[in-house]
Amino acid sequence: MAQQEKDDASGQQAGRSLTMSRAMVEAIAHEMRADDEVFYMGEDVADYGGIFDSTEGLLEEFGRDRIMDVPISETAYLGAAVGAAQEGMRPIAELMFVDFFGVAMDQIYNQMAKNTYMSGGSVNVPMVLTAAVGGTYNDAAQHSQTLYGTFAHLPGMKVVVPSTAYDAKGLMHNAIRDDDPVVYMFHKRLMGIGWLPAPDGPKTGVPEDDYTIPFGSADVKREGADVTVVTLGLHVHRALEAAADLADDGIDIEVVDLRTLVPLDTDTIRDSVAKTGHLVVVDEDYRSYGVTGEIIASVAEAGLDDLEAVERVALPDVPIPYARPMEDEVVPGTEDIAAAVRAARGDE
Amino acid sequence: MVAVNELQEMYENMVTARQYEERLQEEYMAGKQPAFDISAGPIPGELHLAAGHEAAGAGVCQHLRDDDTVTAPHRPHHIAIAKGVDLKRMTAEIFGRESGLSGGKGGHMHLFDPDVNFACSGIIAEGCPPAVGAGLAAKKRNTDSVAVAFLGEGAIDQGAFLESLNLASVQNLPVVFVVEDNDWAISMPKERVTDVENGAQRADGFGLQGMRVDADDAVAVSEAAREAVGRARDGNGPTLLEVQVHRRMGHFMGDPESYRPDEDKDAAEQRDSIERLESDLQAHGVDDETIDDLRSRAHDRVEEAIEWAKDQPEPESEDAYEDVFVNPPSGVTDNEPSTADTGGDD
Ligand SMILES: Cc1ncc(C[n+]2csc(CCOP(=O)(O)OP(=O)(O)O)c2C)c(N)n1
Ligand SMILES: [Mg+2]
Repeated sequence: MAQQEKDDASGQQAGRSLTMSRAMVEAIAHEMRADDEVFYMGEDVADYGGIFDSTEGLLEEFGRDRIMDVPISETAYLGAAVGAAQEGMRPIAELMFVDFFGVAMDQIYNQMAKNTYMSGGSVNVPMVLTAAVGGTYNDAAQHSQTLYGTFAHLPGMKVVVPSTAYDAKGLMHNAIRDDDPVVYMFHKRLMGIGWLPAPDGPKTGVPEDDYTIPFGSADVKREGADVTVVTLGLHVHRALEAAADLADDGIDIEVVDLRTLVPLDTDTIRDSVAKTGHLVVVDEDYRSYGVTGEIIASVAEAGLDDLEAVERVALPDVPIPYARPMEDEVVPGTEDIAAAVRAARGDE
Repeated sequence: MVAVNELQEMYENMVTARQYEERLQEEYMAGKQPAFDISAGPIPGELHLAAGHEAAGAGVCQHLRDDDTVTAPHRPHHIAIAKGVDLKRMTAEIFGRESGLSGGKGGHMHLFDPDVNFACSGIIAEGCPPAVGAGLAAKKRNTDSVAVAFLGEGAIDQGAFLESLNLASVQNLPVVFVVEDNDWAISMPKERVTDVENGAQRADGFGLQGMRVDADDAVAVSEAAREAVGRARDGNGPTLLEVQVHRRMGHFMGDPESYRPDEDKDAAEQRDSIERLESDLQAHGVDDETIDDLRSRAHDRVEEAIEWAKDQPEPESEDAYEDVFVNPPSGVTDNEPSTADTGGDD
């Protein structure tokens, strides 16, 4: 189904390609035009346009009442988004770096994520929490994390991680229209920011019109017969690079881009593993108690008959170091992915 | 009154900080030309320079001893220099070298020098609670050490700061909160994020002393800090001291500052506290030769630190796995990714 969608709407047919940030902003602008109740709050989202270009150009069109610079008071403004959402508005609130969630976590996981359940479904919280994630540019331990697993672990939030412009736009439309809280995590390295060059992949064709990508539909970004590589965000592109290298050696990998962690599309993962028999999970979050373990468990639960070998590639359980040789060591690279694929195949 | 030797000491600190950052800027930009790529060059990652803030660091730290604690925010160099952080090892840290303060694990926003009780956090206002804790330890142990938390004016809307004011006040702790008011929090001018122009008024709500130094004036900062640090040392409780400074550069290197009116930047540059202190020195009869000597001592120290740092080896990639704990739980966790051991390209 995911494949189908791509053929219909994406890429070349669209006739223009956008960076991931442009695609994301286009969806926000569209929703803001369509619905006066959508507004955006964050630090440096007005004149600056978002440190990572997440709101570039929106102030000019929508003004300060709807593109709101707010004090460095994450608890107050994320919580205010929760309250406004419960009033029926559709706020989008931004954490400049996901790493800053710590100062406001109660509003996120005890209020935003639980109020629907605690109210027996009588209250809902239709907000989007956007957050920049990821490392690879030596910003050290407090500004480089993805924390995918942390958000996905706590019940009550949908968790979205786009890897391309096409996906970013469709997922953002869906996020704003969704009646539940959605955490939309955009990888800094993919946004197409001038000072933080993106790899080739994330800039894709993007239709002018609005379209949605349903949550819980993983996307097979590359079909292959030998090994299934399940990943998300920046590492979709690293896996595709590894695929090209491995193809030279006759190893044909399938790359599954999760696109959403909550809900998780276990069917696409299991179908792929049923075909290849080999599973490698690649994650830019910490190794233990996280995304890699969860994906592997979800395959194991479906029965181990199909599964011949499993490998995982993730950040080791250390904070992210500053200096280049050490950051390169801990953030999974293309070669780490290729090595894991070979290991899964038992190649020595 | 601030004595002449104290003026000279502040001046040397401030000039060192300014020259240091000018050199860091050069080194940082090397490798980021013609296209600015934040992860390229000898100093990768974010770099927040404090040019324009020097009076705050020098004026406050002048009253501190090595056993007094300082916590600094994301813009720490001038404070570190004034606190007496080892300049060579700090520079090596910023260059990501093995002999850096943290062996390259911290970088410029996370400088730690326990020898002089200096620490940083890159998370806004999160240095405040640990400073309160250092004050608490001093009080419990009956020492006369004090703790100082530095933060920006943008940070005083943060819970960690406001809660810390209250805790320090109700426990009567030897803590000074120093707010460096440079009018901006990245692109957000102060009036956009608070209705209270004088940040020191936050103190009133928590029953501690509030003071504000309204001009970029190292002498006035030193006088106010003498009072605040003295109050803490004498067991008479915490102070919130706000100091007017200015931002001569972008928020971080690479910031286009398109949000900032030219007049604001020009006006800020006119307020140079280093020039002002130089006139103060001259008014106290310090001759040009002495001033030149101070400047060239600063220059030599900066050059020496940078040259030394650049000569240091980079850390080994495997060093990344060390220091999570001082007492690693052997046999419990294996941090090394299994594929690094079992995989490989062979
Ligand atoms: C909790 C948290 N929120 C946001 C940020 C991002 N951030 C880094 S510096 C900064 C502005 C700080 O302004 P101010 O406190 O005035 O210090 P200045 O940079 O002006 O020295 C912001 C918002 C952060 N590091 N931590
Ligand atoms: Mg400021």
